[in-house]
Amino acid sequence: MSAEAISQSRAKSEFWDGVRLSIPVVVASAPFSILFGAISVDNGFSVLEAFLMSALIFGGASQMVGIELFGQHVAPWLIVISIFAVNFRHVLYSAGIGRRIAHWPLPRQALGYFILTDPQYAIAEARAESGRSVGFAWYLGLGLPVYVFWVIESGLGAVFGKLIPDTHALGIDFLLPIYFLGLVMGFRKRPLWLPVVAASAVASIIAYRTVGSPWHVTIGAAAGVLLAVILSPRHSGVEERP
Amino acid sequence: MSTMYWIIIAGAIATYLTRIGGHLIISRFETIHPRVEAGLNAVPAAVLTTLVAPELLHAGPAEWAALVVAAIVSLRGGLMAMFLAGAAVLIVARQFVG
Repeated sequence: MSAEAISQSRAKSEFWDGVRLSIPVVVASAPFSILFGAISVDNGFSVLEAFLMSALIFGGASQMVGIELFGQHVAPWLIVISIFAVNFRHVLYSAGIGRRIAHWPLPRQALGYFILTDPQYAIAEARAESGRSVGFAWYLGLGLPVYVFWVIESGLGAVFGKLIPDTHALGIDFLLPIYFLGLVMGFRKRPLWLPVVAASAVASIIAYRTVGSPWHVTIGAAAGVLLAVILSPRHSGVEERP
Repeated sequence: MSTMYWIIIAGAIATYLTRIGGHLIISRFETIHPRVEAGLNAVPAAVLTTLVAPELLHAGPAEWAALVVAAIVSLRGGLMAMFLAGAAVLIVARQFVG
């Protein structure tokens, strides 16, 4: 076999190694993509818009936040800022994974960052830490199925959502708060979590009652973040992390 | 083009900036100020809390039951388990209290 054929067959096997690792991610994210499609229709999106949002943003929690705020008729720029805020954690993933994929050609790096989700980061970082290289074929094998299924299932969910006659009886209108509560609980191991949540909750409720929607989102979030900044970093445990 | 398309496109650009930005910007700095890092750490919980808390103002018994059960399940189970438990409680409770 020529050197080129050997490297091609290795790329192929690495791609399929990645695909195997993507299966649990595809299964775990399926309910959320279908749910996103169904709820987006309930909040005034068309099937095409739900499909496009999944294809272009490809970030579950931020898409849920986007449709929730759109349903509340929040100003467009504020929706975009909120999507940015929810996705901000990717900055840290990006800084971390950048060291692992810096040897790829630039267009491949550009594509790699586009599909950089929470599980993509976690699995790729784990591979790098175990001493194996993070190749483009493997990375694509891991990320591509997740992306394709996410986009298709969002469209299917939106079509399905249009067929639901009584969204209230099925609780569709209240699924997002439950989902967001789950995300909030998921961060509970972070330093200052309880004071931040308490401050944001109280401030957002007061703002909702006084200033009104949608400003309760900005004001409530600002209160929590400010509290974290003001409380001494000594109490936050930030410097104890590796 | 409708507003919604602009929101989606701008949201997509903002999201891509977060995915590529860490590599382009943050990796150039040796360290981040601890207060800035504490603030950044707090962002997701702070934003997401504001999407739940005001809902409590209009929540009836069915919604309260769903949130309480979901919160308890989330202490042990994963996101999907807590979500399904909350949704199940919500749907069943609404059959009785509407």
